[in-house]
Amino acid sequence: MQLEKFVQALVSGILTGGVYALVAVGLTLVFGVMNIVNFAHGAFLMLGMYISYWLFVLLGLHPYVSMFASVIVLFFLGMGVQRYFIEHVRAMDDQSVLLLTFGMSMFLENMAVFLWTPDYRSIQVNWLSGTVFIYDIMVSIPKLMAFIFSIVLTFLLYLFLKKSQTGKSIRAVSDQLEGARSVGINVRKVSQITFGIGAACVAAAGSIITPFFYTAPSVGFVFLLTAFIVVVIGGMGNFWGAFFGGIIVALGESLGATYLPGSLQYLAMYLIFIVVLLFRPQGVFGKRA
Amino acid sequence: MRSLALLALVLLLFAVLPLLAGGYLIHVVILILFFAYLSSAWNILGGFAGQFSFGHAVFLGIGAYTSSILYVRYGISPWIGMAIGSIFSTVVGVCIGYLCFRYGLKGPFFSLATLAFAEMFRVTALNIDVTNKASGILIPLKHASLAALQFENGTGYYYIILLFNVAVTLLVFYISRSKLGDYFEAIREDEDAAEALGIDTLKYKVLAIAISAFLTSIGGTFYAQYLSYIDPVICFGSQNSFEIFIRPILGGLGAVFGPFRAR
Repeated sequence: MQLEKFVQALVSGILTGGVYALVAVGLTLVFGVMNIVNFAHGAFLMLGMYISYWLFVLLGLHPYVSMFASVIVLFFLGMGVQRYFIEHVRAMDDQSVLLLTFGMSMFLENMAVFLWTPDYRSIQVNWLSGTVFIYDIMVSIPKLMAFIFSIVLTFLLYLFLKKSQTGKSIRAVSDQLEGARSVGINVRKVSQITFGIGAACVAAAGSIITPFFYTAPSVGFVFLLTAFIVVVIGGMGNFWGAFFGGIIVALGESLGATYLPGSLQYLAMYLIFIVVLLFRPQGVFGKRA
Repeated sequence: MRSLALLALVLLLFAVLPLLAGGYLIHVVILILFFAYLSSAWNILGGFAGQFSFGHAVFLGIGAYTSSILYVRYGISPWIGMAIGSIFSTVVGVCIGYLCFRYGLKGPFFSLATLAFAEMFRVTALNIDVTNKASGILIPLKHASLAALQFENGTGYYYIILLFNVAVTLLVFYISRSKLGDYFEAIREDEDAAEALGIDTLKYKVLAIAISAFLTSIGGTFYAQYLSYIDPVICFGSQNSFEIFIRPILGGLGAVFGPFRAR
């Protein structure tokens, strides 16, 4: 019985970790690689969720299908945000970007309240849903899908950044802006594409979690701080670090929820975050600079 | 001279306002003044010293909880609770500031760390008995008097928070004219250069957060007495931290009257 409880906490922790990693992977590209503190990341997630929600309610599209719609919409939205907003304040300092994206998230959140009311909504899909029991251990199928998807997405992003021409340009821009410019890389274009990809990733995450998580204007903030925590723990711009960081955070949360009274598990999460920020700012998986 | 006359006129207008307005309007004005006060306190750290705290709810909450617990459990006057709470807040502020600045947290990382600290306080308040967990603390209306910081209607609270605003604005004005203000601004504009000129940046940044925390905590006690009910989200919720820093940013960072104007 004791062991069963432990294994159950372990399994749900790892699965939730996949969800966290999924949300954080777009942020690690924007925050970690480009060094843009994107506070609107949660609001982008919320938009992705609403797109999937409405496409399911109105057209009956499964979120795994409507994911493509939200990815495309958010990719262009992200590019636009970079092109028309962030580019203009980027030159000032990091804090201006932080404030700008914070304001944007406030705007998007309140726009969602205005358009769709602050109600909590959820959808009931009848394909790839429910739970299965493996030796009395409960496994949620949508969460398992999210976990698998986060591995795939992390792998694809990693491959994209390492191998593709655009990926190489992105890394060049993040390493040495002037150098990249002097070898003929269109820095503005590359930055727009990177931000677009970051937004698209989180939109995909939003669609994937719609089957098991409520959709509401304030949902972005629930994941925002967690995503920052995961990125910092995993090491800035380290995709596999973000993946394992997500799992560490979620494991701490689910084991804490099982064995600690009340909601103290979150205390552990924030404590880990602060300790990592203070003493290992390069992340648990990062190399010392 | 003209601006001084204008200032006197505005102050006079504020002083007679309760005679003209009542009920709901006075409530709105009290909240406006309350947030203007908090923003002025935030501005010392965020506007002058350039360190953006996203977790000022910590100090608001400590001020609110300290005075409320002392008042409800032991019958100690909220004014004394206010003093004790602001000492607590200063100590916590110095600890947070020292930890963050000692290990070189800058810009957005400092913001994120303070946000995480505020969330830690919220979760703690939600889980321990002293703060009565999620049920919060109801402050009973025993007798309306200045000593108990409780009034029958909004007018009393109005004058208290107006007085706080005048005091904090004078203090900020004084700091902006003093050498301390120059140090803060030097740190904001270029920390490395300030360090090179021999300014002990760690010391002054910690000092900025200490002053800011002290003042914010006083506001917290006022808030608790005004609402007569507090719970972890009302006090430590991140919404508060956001409300506090939006105003000074709209009003212009490091401007003495900035937070006041941006109401």
